[in-house]
Amino acid sequence: MSLIDLSGNLLEAAFIAYLIATLLIGGSIKSSKPDGAEKRANKWGYLAIIVTIIGFLAHLGYFITRWIYSGHAPVSNMFEFSTAFGMFLVGAFILMYFMYRVTALGLVALPIALLIIGWAAMFPREVTPLVPSLQSHWLTIHVITAALGQSILAISAVAGLLYLLKAVDPKKKGKERFWLEAVLYFLVVIVGFIAVTSGFKAAGYEAEYSYINKDDQELTIIYNLPPFFGMNESQAITEGAMVPLIEMPAFIHAAKLTTVVWSLLVGTVLYLLIRLITRKRIIEMLNPLATKVNLQLFDEIGYRSVLIGFPVFSLGALVFAMIWAEQAWGRFWGWDPKEVWALITWLFYAAFLHLRLSRGWEGRKSAWLALIGFGIIIFNLVVVNLVIAGLHSYA
Amino acid sequence: MEKIVCTCGHENAVGTKICGNCGRPLTEEAKSQKVLDMKYDGSAIRSKTYNKSIVDKIWNFFSSVKVGVSLIIITLVVSSFGTIFPQEFYVTAGTDAERALYYQTNYGSIGTLYYNLGLADLYSTWWFQALVGMLGISIIVASIDRGLPLHKSLKNQRVKRHESFMRRQRIIAEGAITKEDTSKTLDKVEEKLKKLNYKVRRDGTALLAEKGRFARYGPYINHLGLITFLVGVMLHQLPGMYVDDSMWIREGETRAIPGMNGYFLENKQFIFETHDNDPTTAQIQQGVNAVAKNYQTDVVLYKQSEDALPGQTDQLEIVKEYSIRVNHPLEHDGFALYQMDFRLNELKAMTFSLTNKETGASLGDVTIDLRNPKKEYVIDEQTKVILVNYFPDFTGFNDKGEPQTATPNPNNPAFIFNMITPDTPEGEISFVAIQQTVEGSGTGENLYKMSFKGVDTINMSGLTIRMDKTIPLLVVGAFIFLLGLTIGSYWNHRRVWVELLSDGNIRLAAHTNKNWFGIKKEINVLTEYAHLPQYIDQLDDEDDEKIKKETIE
Ligand code: HEM
Repeated sequence: MSLIDLSGNLLEAAFIAYLIATLLIGGSIKSSKPDGAEKRANKWGYLAIIVTIIGFLAHLGYFITRWIYSGHAPVSNMFEFSTAFGMFLVGAFILMYFMYRVTALGLVALPIALLIIGWAAMFPREVTPLVPSLQSHWLTIHVITAALGQSILAISAVAGLLYLLKAVDPKKKGKERFWLEAVLYFLVVIVGFIAVTSGFKAAGYEAEYSYINKDDQELTIIYNLPPFFGMNESQAITEGAMVPLIEMPAFIHAAKLTTVVWSLLVGTVLYLLIRLITRKRIIEMLNPLATKVNLQLFDEIGYRSVLIGFPVFSLGALVFAMIWAEQAWGRFWGWDPKEVWALITWLFYAAFLHLRLSRGWEGRKSAWLALIGFGIIIFNLVVVNLVIAGLHSYA
Repeated sequence: MEKIVCTCGHENAVGTKICGNCGRPLTEEAKSQKVLDMKYDGSAIRSKTYNKSIVDKIWNFFSSVKVGVSLIIITLVVSSFGTIFPQEFYVTAGTDAERALYYQTNYGSIGTLYYNLGLADLYSTWWFQALVGMLGISIIVASIDRGLPLHKSLKNQRVKRHESFMRRQRIIAEGAITKEDTSKTLDKVEEKLKKLNYKVRRDGTALLAEKGRFARYGPYINHLGLITFLVGVMLHQLPGMYVDDSMWIREGETRAIPGMNGYFLENKQFIFETHDNDPTTAQIQQGVNAVAKNYQTDVVLYKQSEDALPGQTDQLEIVKEYSIRVNHPLEHDGFALYQMDFRLNELKAMTFSLTNKETGASLGDVTIDLRNPKKEYVIDEQTKVILVNYFPDFTGFNDKGEPQTATPNPNNPAFIFNMITPDTPEGEISFVAIQQTVEGSGTGENLYKMSFKGVDTINMSGLTIRMDKTIPLLVVGAFIFLLGLTIGSYWNHRRVWVELLSDGNIRLAAHTNKNWFGIKKEINVLTEYAHLPQYIDQLDDEDDEKIKKETIE
């Protein structure tokens, strides 16, 4: 088995371990009935942590073997970066477990890590060579530290979500119930993205089109999903390829828009199916799992993870980024979208910390802020990378 | 100045909420609190005390955390607008009109609006900079406003605190000890807390244990670092602090380095390499064939000798030889040269044959150096080609029919030749551009033409020259910021007050600025060791009550 195959297998092993650990934690919470079940619950929780750590080690093994194989830190494209982010998220969960001894965090942290890994797997997985600007140790240090900081910050959203699952009454109509359900709907949409992408991939769907970009050049593009939207003046190259339903102007990337719409569509269908079958909102199904959540403790964990993550993030996403930028371009700051969004993330968490200084911002409000912060991190990962084209590229 | 005199006799500054000496709550608000608001230890905060003069009002505005947070949020939201479309410094367009056109053609009327609102150059607009400036002022004012009183009250702490202070702490225990008698209790408490790295002071029957007080200075240190950094950024505007220049240099050329007086650079060669990998999926999807691996300019840096005249290039001393690559700038004397851009196969010279159109016979070749064209090219005594006019970057004819050039760079050279031969001693005018020849009017059909024979090309390297004297200040600022952040985030200020009461009971109160989970763990250990009465967390009940209320509603 070659190193890169081994690397792939380790990643799969990690994925399966996280899945099992999630189920174990679910079990540990479900079984808390008075008949001495407290003990059993602890045993399950303990087992869950062990499985999580095994998964994490496998994940780390993936990371290291891929690093050795490719000769550079595996954080240089969407697949690699997302996978690493998932790994750090699990790492941050383990760290928090050893600080607070609450397995319930894993109930949200692990599924989110699973979603992130699943998302990552939808992107090309080959090892890509590095363009000159990326060939820097500072870049490696910057990306890894920033991702580490983001993952610790993300734990606050994990704690926040659990807090809200308990604190928000799923039977009572209101804004909070609506938005909390919306957050979960969004997670289902990601499942939709994974389902539709891997579905068409398994079926071998591929259609090539030519189009004219905004600089009037003729280029070609491969669609892996049937095109709702066509690129500017697109012409099918693959024979018998479907004609796009709507053609978009040059400044909109119609292929990506198609992916978004497909994901929303499939995600919505999935969501409706869940609602039809269970006759419940998702938050209502999850509410029992959160009953054991100690609100004050989870509020504290949420605050604490921001406090721990903020300096790491500042170091990685701003200071190291500036050192690298100074070395590569002769300027420590260039107002590139990626940089601006790192700054926005930083400012947001600074605002979070200051709001915590005033009374009345603990608890629910804080939990909501943590979710918004995670939203910004995800926006940074997804939209800024895929939609707002970065101008960093030298190639 | 007016003072508030506490029952204990201590004089406190006006605005003090908790007596600095005994800890009695002084204001009605503090008295009504079940758990005291321990922010800044209840010391007098200027902004919370005075609000009369205009200076007070401005001071209070900037020191308000609400205002500070609002400024942060506004900056954050406004910054995001700048990422909707590319900023104009990333757009290759020379003039305002071209930039306006760029936004219009690429993004339609929304693009035009974006450009007209100034969002295309958002980060250098006066109002964005004013916003950041206000944020800076706010940080300074808020830090002074709270930092100084906090420092004073932390420095002068008395061990013994009044019961009304202790009972209003979040963690409080009161009652009889659970084992043994009280004669040893304070000793045991002291012993255990010292083991836990507390500094312990005793005053009669009272004890104060404290650790991590320096953590309280964390926010002030990190704010100081931020301000230092911002000052560094502002200093960029001062002349002489910052050089940002660029140069194009061809292989084989030696040129003065702009912005770096007395220095010259020779470009020995430019190297461009690609990875010889098989194209990956991502590459295929994006239609890219090869991934760049290296951009490199091999250079020699020269310095003019001391006694040379300005501009004199024959007395150059070699300073160093270096290969400038991306991420590996050439550094010297505070300056750095960065590999930023390149052009491969740049036109260097063009060769034409002076050809008889009918017979095809050539009278000789003319090679024109496109950077340094000569006035005339003599082939022999009776034959020469005069270069009447030269358009290095020909863009077409204006409405008067005159040829135009966009730049002085030979991207698309065009020439007007006057061809003098034995057959045409008067000369024949010919306009020659790439793929087009327009013959001079009035002279009828030309006998001769300049037929294109070939080009010489050369690689060009684009370098950026930077000098930034503010960097040390920025480094110091960033360092102070991170230091303060670390201190404030990874350490907490914990205090435990214990008093042996006259009735034989024990009273314990504890406070931490952060991480209550951590201090409770320590108090648990202490409680067990010294057989203290079990403490309660007064906010725990409060929270439960709150939730109960919420579920009942
Ligand atoms: C982006 C800019 C800023 C950053 C990165 C920043 C950073 C911080 C951090 C990390 C803390 C510690 C928070 C905690 O430990 O919970 C803090 C505390 C504080 N900040 Fe800022 N800050 C910024 C701007 C401001 C502004 C504009 C104000 C103005 C009102 C302000 C006022 C304060 C105050 C009053 C404290 C509490 C000090 C204490 O606990 O003794 N900060 N700041």
